Amino acid sequence: MTLPPAFSRRFLLAGAVALTALATAPALSAQEAQKGGTLVLASVHKPRHLNSAVQSGVATAVPAAQIFATLLRYGEDFTPQPYLAESWAFSDDSKVLTLKLRQGATFHDGSPITAEDVIWSLGVVKDNHPFSSMLAPVEAFEAPDPQTVVIRMTQPHPAILLVLSASLTPILPKHVFDDGQDIKSNPKNNLPIGSGPFKVTAFELGQHIILERYDGFFLEGKPYLDRIVIRQYQDANSGVLALESGEAQMFPLLDGTRLIRRLEKSGNLTVTDKGYAGIGPLNWLAFNTKHPALSDLRVRQAIAYAIDRDFVTKALHSGLSKPAIEPVVQGSPFYTEDVERYDFDLDKSKALLAEAGYGEGGKKLELRIDYMPDIEEQQRAVAEYVKAALAKVGIAVTVRSAPDFPTWSQRVSSYDFDMTMDQVFNWGDPVIGVNRTYLCSNIRQGIIWSNTQQYCNEEVDKLMNAAGVEPDLAKRQQLYAQAFKQITTDIPIHFINEVPYHTVYSQAVQNPPVSIWGTMGPMDEVWLKQ
Amino acid sequence: MFRRILRQLLYAAALILAVLVLNFLLIQLAPGDPAEVIAGEMGGASAEVMAAIRQQYGLDKPLLTQLGLYLGRALQGDLGMSYFYNRPVVDLILSRLGPTMLLVATALGFALVVGTRLGMLASRNPRGIASAVVTVLSLVGYSAPVFWTGLMLVILFGATIPLFPIAGMIDVVKQGGFLSRILDIAHHLVLPALTLGLVYLAQYSRLTRASMLEVLGADYIRTARAKGVSERQVFGRHAFRNALLPVVTVAGMQFGAIISGAVLVETVFSWPGLGTLAFQSILARDYPTVLGILFFSTLIVIIANLLTDFVSRLLDPRLAGGR
Repeated sequence: MTLPPAFSRRFLLAGAVALTALATAPALSAQEAQKGGTLVLASVHKPRHLNSAVQSGVATAVPAAQIFATLLRYGEDFTPQPYLAESWAFSDDSKVLTLKLRQGATFHDGSPITAEDVIWSLGVVKDNHPFSSMLAPVEAFEAPDPQTVVIRMTQPHPAILLVLSASLTPILPKHVFDDGQDIKSNPKNNLPIGSGPFKVTAFELGQHIILERYDGFFLEGKPYLDRIVIRQYQDANSGVLALESGEAQMFPLLDGTRLIRRLEKSGNLTVTDKGYAGIGPLNWLAFNTKHPALSDLRVRQAIAYAIDRDFVTKALHSGLSKPAIEPVVQGSPFYTEDVERYDFDLDKSKALLAEAGYGEGGKKLELRIDYMPDIEEQQRAVAEYVKAALAKVGIAVTVRSAPDFPTWSQRVSSYDFDMTMDQVFNWGDPVIGVNRTYLCSNIRQGIIWSNTQQYCNEEVDKLMNAAGVEPDLAKRQQLYAQAFKQITTDIPIHFINEVPYHTVYSQAVQNPPVSIWGTMGPMDEVWLKQ
Repeated sequence: MFRRILRQLLYAAALILAVLVLNFLLIQLAPGDPAEVIAGEMGGASAEVMAAIRQQYGLDKPLLTQLGLYLGRALQGDLGMSYFYNRPVVDLILSRLGPTMLLVATALGFALVVGTRLGMLASRNPRGIASAVVTVLSLVGYSAPVFWTGLMLVILFGATIPLFPIAGMIDVVKQGGFLSRILDIAHHLVLPALTLGLVYLAQYSRLTRASMLEVLGADYIRTARAKGVSERQVFGRHAFRNALLPVVTVAGMQFGAIISGAVLVETVFSWPGLGTLAFQSILARDYPTVLGILFFSTLIVIIANLLTDFVSRLLDPRLAGGR
């Protein structure tokens, strides 16, 4: 359903105003929030270590966002808010970002957090973080005085504000970590001294992580919780059982829609899909555009027309996942309606196939489809459905399963596939999580979640690169809209749905983490009704 | 005597070396490498990061060079660092050995005591009702896949009637003294030990029954009965002791296969043991950890075999004599 343009713009504007008001209002007056209590968070992710400066991914991000503070933070929209930095400003040419640090902030060992620590930490991230595009345009980090940080860039880099939040650029104590060891394998990453609302006191691999309230946290009166215990479960089913039995009070990143539907019916649990706009998780069908048949645009379009997104979202995902039509999720500021959608149309599909010389009277088309293992509803079920859907237009599909992740990953990254289901995250800004899939320069064999479709369109590269250095949000949105229009026209990937991540929490949990980063942001405002 | 010990030691060393080499090559056959797994876990990584990981672990060197380096270090007692967890493999294994021993010993003990009793009961009257019930139940227990039994117990006693915890070994949220921790571990131990125990139990009861029936037909039993020894004595002393021999052998072998027995159960119950570690390390292509675990389990098999040998000799004087 689309609204008339005037109405939708006014509506959006009102929404934006309301959201900004929400974001700037204090979340809740301190008298109301009760202090104390232990929040048990059920998780299926098992981190290797807890230092998110050198390790991306959800598993490390959730504990790291509690252990380390960042310069900025975000609420429920994409407007940056002060955190460790109390104010910030760009130079006129947008190439220099100056941030003023809060007075009196300390690390968990009591030593003050200075600009020196901040620029050292940012340097560590720039040199070691797996998402090298985050700080690539930075040429220098400077600390003119203990409360001021200056970031100099070779070009405008609007994504930087988002990069300075969540767990992407944690602020580490230089005097602890700068010990001559390789930061990536430093044993201190297991129980790091941090700067955030909680300090880590125990980390048992594959078992649990215990985070205790840090009394010297720089935000007065926060955090509210005494402890957060992240308990790791073998699979979502066991985690959900733990919620139902009261063993745990919160389960983030739950995408099993049958489980979610079951939990919705339970009286003392709340289910929300808020808190995932930042991660922007997409579930899609990727084509190997170098495959003899799939290099033909008409064949890719025919496959897309034969797939009914509604069936996937309503039947396979119990109505809980949203359809996806482009490289970003609906919650992204760069989402646009103006793309090629490929809504379900069997006649169009058959006509396109015939035109390409396949189907009745033509050649028989046989393709393989792979999928990421251990992700039942989103990956395996959709792959099986694609097989059935394409049979209707005369394409014979073999579903090829993989016993474990590295098997699938190696197939895809070495281009040994025809089509594959895949899950890729936006990570908040296209520069971090979207460009990598489409840029010609990122066709890199052996690297999973690079441009494994081997799709290359100079025009798209130009638009995306221009958008990356465009400080003006409206212009930036326009550039991405053009790029997404072109990508969906070329269809190296057929977008199917957004991964229906939900957070389930018990009635006792107040102020649940529903910012754009959800549990990958600080949980200093969460409290328990006792 | 001395030569026999020396021969056994040499044999053990050769076996361990063969196991290490074979497994090193086997795990390399699995597609993908640790860099892919680490990148996957990070939601993607740049080419430079991937290359750095491969270089850091020497994955860019030829396979035989890697094997040589590994064996050279292993001979000096250095099992290396886990690729995935970045901790010494020996530390990882030692921290997991206790929980696995606890789980398997509890399961085996429970199965031995209850299983042999049931087997005896069934052998009293091989055509009676008790015998039929034990036989059928054993067959079911033995045939049911261990993870299925585990999941059923989880649904029954973890979810429907929530009597026991279903994951982990200890409740970290509760804080208490030493005694309450012991009780907490025991509470967590019930379901996984029962799951593993039921599989063993089914085997022991069938084995005891068959072995008892065989022994009861032997000449010395007829002699004992003719001498007027009470039926209790005939069963308990003469027959049972001899019937135990095959059970001990099987139990010893199973204790040797401690890790393989524990993998599935530990995985179902998130038990923090070697089984879970083995499973996760294989998925993560964490070569040093997998090889370290195999090294340890080979050691355990060898030790368990020696012990079984010893207990069998105790039970059967005929074995003790001679060789």
